Amino acid sequence: MFSIVKNYKMFFAVTVVFIMVGIGSMFMQSFNLGIDFTGGSIIDLKFGSPVSVSQVRDVLKEHDLGNSVIQLGTSDSNITTSESVLIRTGILDDDARRAVMSDLTSKLGDYQILRVEQVGATVGSELVQQAALAVVLSWVLMIIYITYRFEFKFAISAIIGLVIDVTVVLCYFSLFHLEMDSSFVAALLTVVGYSVNGTIVIFDRIRENLKTHRRSEDLGEMVDRSIWQCMTRSVYTMLSTLFAVVAIFLFGGDTIHNFAFAMLVGFASGFYTSTFLAGPLWAILKNNGEASKQVVSKTKVV
Amino acid sequence: MRWDNMTKFLGLVVAIVVSFGFFIKPLALTVKQGLDLQGGTHVVLQAVETPNAKVDDDALNRSVKIIERRVNELGLTEPVIQRQGKDRIIVELPGVKDPEKAIAMLGRTALLEFKDMSGKTVMTGNDLKDSKATVGQNGKPVVGLDFSDEGGKKFALLTSQNIGKQISILLDGEVLTSPVVNEAITGGKAQISGSRNVEEAERLAILLRSGSLPVKLEMLENRTVGPTLGQDSKDKSVKAFAIGLAGVFLFMAVYYRASGVVADIVLLFYTLLLLAIMRALNATLTLPGIAGIILSIGMAVDANVLIFERFKEEIQSGKTLRSSIEAGFSRAFVTIFDSNITTIMAAAVLFYLGTGPIKGFAITLALGVVISMFTAVTITRYLLRFLVASNISSNPAFYGASAPKKEVRK
Repeated sequence: MFSIVKNYKMFFAVTVVFIMVGIGSMFMQSFNLGIDFTGGSIIDLKFGSPVSVSQVRDVLKEHDLGNSVIQLGTSDSNITTSESVLIRTGILDDDARRAVMSDLTSKLGDYQILRVEQVGATVGSELVQQAALAVVLSWVLMIIYITYRFEFKFAISAIIGLVIDVTVVLCYFSLFHLEMDSSFVAALLTVVGYSVNGTIVIFDRIRENLKTHRRSEDLGEMVDRSIWQCMTRSVYTMLSTLFAVVAIFLFGGDTIHNFAFAMLVGFASGFYTSTFLAGPLWAILKNNGEASKQVVSKTKVV
Repeated sequence: MRWDNMTKFLGLVVAIVVSFGFFIKPLALTVKQGLDLQGGTHVVLQAVETPNAKVDDDALNRSVKIIERRVNELGLTEPVIQRQGKDRIIVELPGVKDPEKAIAMLGRTALLEFKDMSGKTVMTGNDLKDSKATVGQNGKPVVGLDFSDEGGKKFALLTSQNIGKQISILLDGEVLTSPVVNEAITGGKAQISGSRNVEEAERLAILLRSGSLPVKLEMLENRTVGPTLGQDSKDKSVKAFAIGLAGVFLFMAVYYRASGVVADIVLLFYTLLLLAIMRALNATLTLPGIAGIILSIGMAVDANVLIFERFKEEIQSGKTLRSSIEAGFSRAFVTIFDSNITTIMAAAVLFYLGTGPIKGFAITLALGVVISMFTAVTITRYLLRFLVASNISSNPAFYGASAPKKEVRK
């Protein structure tokens, strides 16, 4: 049986390398923050007859919005006109937006509104705070719960895994420059919930095996045994959840594409940290903290 | 083969499958849909302090009332108007036909003023009893004003003192009309001309009869989803749901054979129950919420996987089928409980801090986890008990486990 605990350095190294690349990317190209974070507006329209980017831009220029991003609803670069147009502007007040939209009607013809989103600057900065608060609050709750049901060292090992998961998702979003919106926060928290779920299943096994743990057996070996006993479950659950997430990712439509992607990355990372990092971390903390003799008596067994 | 148990098993299975076939569609259609699915507008208004209007509790509550009156004129089903924090108001207008005009009306202060020639405000919109759009003598649309008793007196005084002079009627500081008074008007009624069309006159009438806002409200956030995009999102999520469900089903059946098929049938029951409870709680189904359901199906499998893996271990240790199944359930329960609580905690944080669609996601995820825990340890257990008791097969492989090897784990 391959020892995960003995090879912990390798698993840690993989994580560290990945996160270094991600953090490098965060410094180099930062994040692609959507209007939920930065403020601004998105206007998604379907015109009665095809229009071109330059036609739309001409109208926007009259409102000092010439630098807006204009996308046609087609991925074919040979086609220069389309009925579907997506406009992204900076922060815009409501009167200005209405003026632009009525101008679009009078100059380019009637359209159907698919979506209009308009977010002020204050909302954006609040969302960043709220997101950070949500993630940290969830960590604190997990620490309290795991300390209550298991012990503090389990909680610390689990949380380190969660911090890594959240960082990994952030890394991916920076690396591929994917747009982040308010649903991103929801995805992050789901990842936190999922990852700690997997970690607890393994810790639960460790807790159970501690009851019959003999002094002759090395703590690391016992942790290894526990991880391997849960391996089928870990893999199966990851697979079935990934089926679901991949279905959302592929077929759920553009609106929740990035939401699904965040979960896809986060669940994969959650599987990795739960399976390969949390257990070894606990063993290290445990071995450093106290003499292995006292392991059995000191561990709260539920 | 014991037929009594087999009958119980098949009866339950058929009941679940048939009710799924019958009820899934009507149930899914009657759960309340969020704005992102049915189309509509979500607006956040922010009260702004001005020199002559302070933002306080009273002003906000009065503003909510006034906006409620304006929204009610739109004739929508289930609009939502609520205060958020100390200085914000959330307005949700599901299925609104002309979102632009509705939005333009919401935040209008609509302060009506009557000024004499010197520019002194003599009366305001508070002196009105009612206002209606009608057609004036020249066939043009006008807004008919109906003054309160006191307002009628004020207006009579204003007109009698200004015969031959110009008075002005202003809305939010802009002059609507500046008629020259011909004679004193004592009937308590007046008309405002100058509307370009009937629609505009109607909007003005609504604004005037709903009253003027005590504070200035600014648009902070506006999210409008047109009905086409909403329908498109619905279609796509139904497809994603079907494919996700099929993938999970296949997976379980392949890896856990009979146990997996039993788990699949229970997943059908789980999906029905989740929708029924959402409907009973009047919870809103949003696009992320549907993603939450699909996800919760993937996660609901986890409880079954934990149980079945335990079951396999028990078989390995040489126990009988029946006692292995019972032991699998009872030993896996603590694990299922501890591990699911954490997902519920994450969902609770989201529910507490999130808004709109994100709240919808949190609700479906949390409900999903709780219900899947329940169905896995009850329905799945009963079904497997009946199946084992029916003696259909004594081979553990039929249930996805392999027979014990020679070296038994102690």
